[in-house]
Amino acid sequence: MSLKIVGLSEINGPLVALDGIHGAGYEEMVELELQDGTTRTGRIVQMDGDRCIIQVFEGTRGLSLQNTTTTILGHPVEMSLSKELLGRVLNGSGRPIDGLGEIYWEKKEDINGKPLNPVSRTYPRNYINTGISAIDCLMTLIRGQKLPIFSGSGMQHNKLAAQIVKQANIAAEEGQEFGIVFAAMGVTNDVADYFRRSFEETGVMDRVVMFLNLSNDPIIERILTPKCALTTAEYLAFEKDMHILVIMTDITSYCEALREFSSSKGEIPGRKGYPGYLYSDLASLYERAGVIDTAKGSVTQIPILTMPNDDITHPVPDLTGYITEGQIVLDRSLDQNGIYPPISVLPSLSRLMKDGIGEGYTRADHSAVSNQLFASYAKVQDAKALASVIGEEELSASDKLYMDFGKAFEHYFLDQGFDTDRTIDETLDLGWDLLSILPQSELDRVDNKLLEEKYHPERGAALLKEMRGEA
Amino acid sequence: MSSNLINSINGPVVTIKGPTDLTMQEMVYVGSKKLIGEVISISAERTTIQVYETTTGLRVGEEIIGTGAPLSATLGPGIISNIFDGIERPLEDIEKTDGAFIGTGSSIPSLDPERKWDVTIKVSVGDELRGGDIYATCPETPLIEHRCMVPPNLSGRVSAVMTNGQYTVNDCVVKLVDKDGVEHELTLCQKWPIRVERPILKRMPIERPLITGQRVIDTMFPIAKGGTAAIPGGFGTGKTMTQHQLAKWCDADIIVYVGCGERGNEMTQVLKEFSELIDPKSGQKLTARTVLIANTSNMPVAAREASIYTGITLAEYYRDMGYHVAIMADSTSRWAEALREISGRLEEMPAEEGFPAYLPSRISQFYERAGYTVSLNGAEGSVTIIGAVSPQGSDFSEPVTQNTKRFVRCFWALDKSLAYARHYPAINWNTSYSEYVDTLNRWYSANVGREFMADRQRIATLLHEENDLMEIVKLIGSDVLPDDQKLVIETAKVIRVGFLQQNAYHAEDTYVPLEKQLGMMKVILYLYDQCAAMIKKGHAISAILETGIFGEVVKIKYDVPNSKLEMLDDYYTKIDQALAAVI
Repeated sequence: MSLKIVGLSEINGPLVALDGIHGAGYEEMVELELQDGTTRTGRIVQMDGDRCIIQVFEGTRGLSLQNTTTTILGHPVEMSLSKELLGRVLNGSGRPIDGLGEIYWEKKEDINGKPLNPVSRTYPRNYINTGISAIDCLMTLIRGQKLPIFSGSGMQHNKLAAQIVKQANIAAEEGQEFGIVFAAMGVTNDVADYFRRSFEETGVMDRVVMFLNLSNDPIIERILTPKCALTTAEYLAFEKDMHILVIMTDITSYCEALREFSSSKGEIPGRKGYPGYLYSDLASLYERAGVIDTAKGSVTQIPILTMPNDDITHPVPDLTGYITEGQIVLDRSLDQNGIYPPISVLPSLSRLMKDGIGEGYTRADHSAVSNQLFASYAKVQDAKALASVIGEEELSASDKLYMDFGKAFEHYFLDQGFDTDRTIDETLDLGWDLLSILPQSELDRVDNKLLEEKYHPERGAALLKEMRGEA
Repeated sequence: MSSNLINSINGPVVTIKGPTDLTMQEMVYVGSKKLIGEVISISAERTTIQVYETTTGLRVGEEIIGTGAPLSATLGPGIISNIFDGIERPLEDIEKTDGAFIGTGSSIPSLDPERKWDVTIKVSVGDELRGGDIYATCPETPLIEHRCMVPPNLSGRVSAVMTNGQYTVNDCVVKLVDKDGVEHELTLCQKWPIRVERPILKRMPIERPLITGQRVIDTMFPIAKGGTAAIPGGFGTGKTMTQHQLAKWCDADIIVYVGCGERGNEMTQVLKEFSELIDPKSGQKLTARTVLIANTSNMPVAAREASIYTGITLAEYYRDMGYHVAIMADSTSRWAEALREISGRLEEMPAEEGFPAYLPSRISQFYERAGYTVSLNGAEGSVTIIGAVSPQGSDFSEPVTQNTKRFVRCFWALDKSLAYARHYPAINWNTSYSEYVDTLNRWYSANVGREFMADRQRIATLLHEENDLMEIVKLIGSDVLPDDQKLVIETAKVIRVGFLQQNAYHAEDTYVPLEKQLGMMKVILYLYDQCAAMIKKGHAISAILETGIFGEVVKIKYDVPNSKLEMLDDYYTKIDQALAAVI
């Protein structure tokens, strides 16, 4: 069906209202043609009798009540899909902007997707080796997982994401292809360019689909960007059997766009002005990660969000944490101390890790060493807190040892740099060597048999000596 | 009567202009795709309907058809071991018709209409039956015998019965003539509106514990059969993990697990784990006693709101048969948010933090459906509700946590700093409480040991003293404390690491019988008493610590298997020997 209506009834921010519409469907697409022949696209977001409210993706600048002809296209917002998308750069609503011409599509798909039936999911178990010790050992990334990076402005989340892309061995099995879907939402030109360069340097550019909605692009288009990206990812993973890593940055900008749109619609705001349905909306993005029984591919998500004012209880990180399967939290004080990647170990977590590590996946002793590292590093924080009150000199011998362990942990384990790629064996052995700094009686998460095999106090002492020698 | 046509659409909320013949909370079919919806408000100007499926593509002017009945659950054999969405549609059958992604307008019956059940008829012609009476039974799973009950609002004389044999859920097995002479056909299944509590004969006092095998719960903050508990905690504190542990190990006959607005992968994990795990008590798979209701966060929000009610209705149905049912709702915050979302679409006046003003009354209505009851047929059963709460920003002062706290009697507060230190279950012993301690005292004394509650109190006191001492330690370090206070800190550490902390992945530690819990408490207290006596005599605590006896007591949980509890006795000698060596 295609209906044409001349003129508009009302224009308000990114929304326009039209009267006298019959036969249009909720959330269907419309095309607005201006007098100068340019076209814009929009979507019906509310219907009341014969009145429709339409959001215009490209903004309403230049529209008047008379100069526009609206066509109801009769289908929801769709993404044109084809394997040719790999290597292309698209705008936020999925149209090519790299000047390489149109894409010949194989099929079109509603960008809203459909909920995945929990019965059809395969429980994700295969781990992705990122070569980054803190992630591999303590918050293992699993294929089909959604693991966000919680960062703050000015921290090196982009570099970390680029390093994961560079080192991650996403397609471990023979014959399986991998691909990357990159969605930029409201990031600056520099950031988009940084990712493009790093994809080129890694030589993966021809396997990347880039969706760019930069910070000066219209906000309504920003709301579509992750949906287009995930529709593409699902198509490549579940129909073309590829292993897809989706990087979405920056989720906070996306949520702000949603807030702007919601308030212009006159909706009742929830916490901090964000709409009450923010949780459901974010869930409809994040839940599109996974592995299904009927396809060989997988969708793994690494959303990046900057916490406003580094506040982890802000609605965006808070709701994200409730939906995603863990989080990687970056820490400003580690960053300021020059430690890269500045991963704050204690609040970071991977929920799917427990079933994807150990015998047959990584190594039998993996869960023991990671639990003990977490527990011991938590005690370092207690010692640090005490030291800040009574001074490091006054600490008891055991607290001093914990301080040393903490420094060594940050120096050797966390601060591995952008160019170091560690195997899982190297990482786990390093973990044991660090734990060997502590007296055996302090290692209460490990059973005695494992300790006999892995506890080498001389290696721990050597690490300490080396670190002090440097200092 | 003119047909009802859609006038406006806003997300899951659809309205009809003008007065209609629809009634409040009536279930309706919306539009040409026959989406399922429910009437939520009626005025002279408009009737408002919430739709349980996505409304994309719906048009103004499409028809809405009433069903004449409220949104109901179908109750009958085939519920156990199944997995449903929020409005009791079987997800496995949806997968067969729709594939991996859930489509719209699926009208699949809740219970398999083809499957035959091995039915035994329990009544004969001429019997007088009242609502709730059992007229037929059939084995539903190896563990559960399904008892078909006369619907609560029906009574009469049996006019015909079929022979014992194979029947499907919709076959008539008994005919009943009521006092007006109307004949009713009783099949194996019945319908019940999900928002209405099923009637009972009377409530019983709550005095039996729900045994979970989790030390921090059974010993410190026990929950009773028919009781209510809330598990609040920020993300990553292990709410879901705790719920899973309870679903696996608690001694209820039937578990209803409601995944309300949570992760899809988690539901898949429950499905997979429960179909592999064997219940040690019965030797059967855990799925033989479990119903799953999965309405993940990306499934329609209105169905999320309904999923809690669907779950509790199924639980009440099995309670009426005489079973002890535990319902885990993960998470009630998502349900409250669904209320908020729909309330926002209706443009209702918001109360606290955008939540509707009726939030507390909805929460209390839900938790009040728990209880230890005698059903209409005289059988004793219980529904225990354990609800997870996900406070926004981990702030326990937010409306959902606060209102839940008012209506539950057991509060297991999960703590972020414990979770960061990987102390699981991360139930904070200082902020949690259970109001059932007193009521369960008698049961514990009679069935576990007379000293159980007294020992529990001593353990709680030691933890409390430690908490006070830690305030000082945080300021000036532990070196300055006198030895008897250092002993409190060291003993509390043994309690925390060796008793409260429990490893869900360790074969012996994942479930601990009450006898071992008591035995462990006794050893710890004996250690404390003996050391306290030594310190009084002037021995230094540092010398006692050097013997390593504290570390050994901590590892009791791994070193003493649940089947060899007599090994606990050796620890008294070990403690005596270690302390003798100091002298």
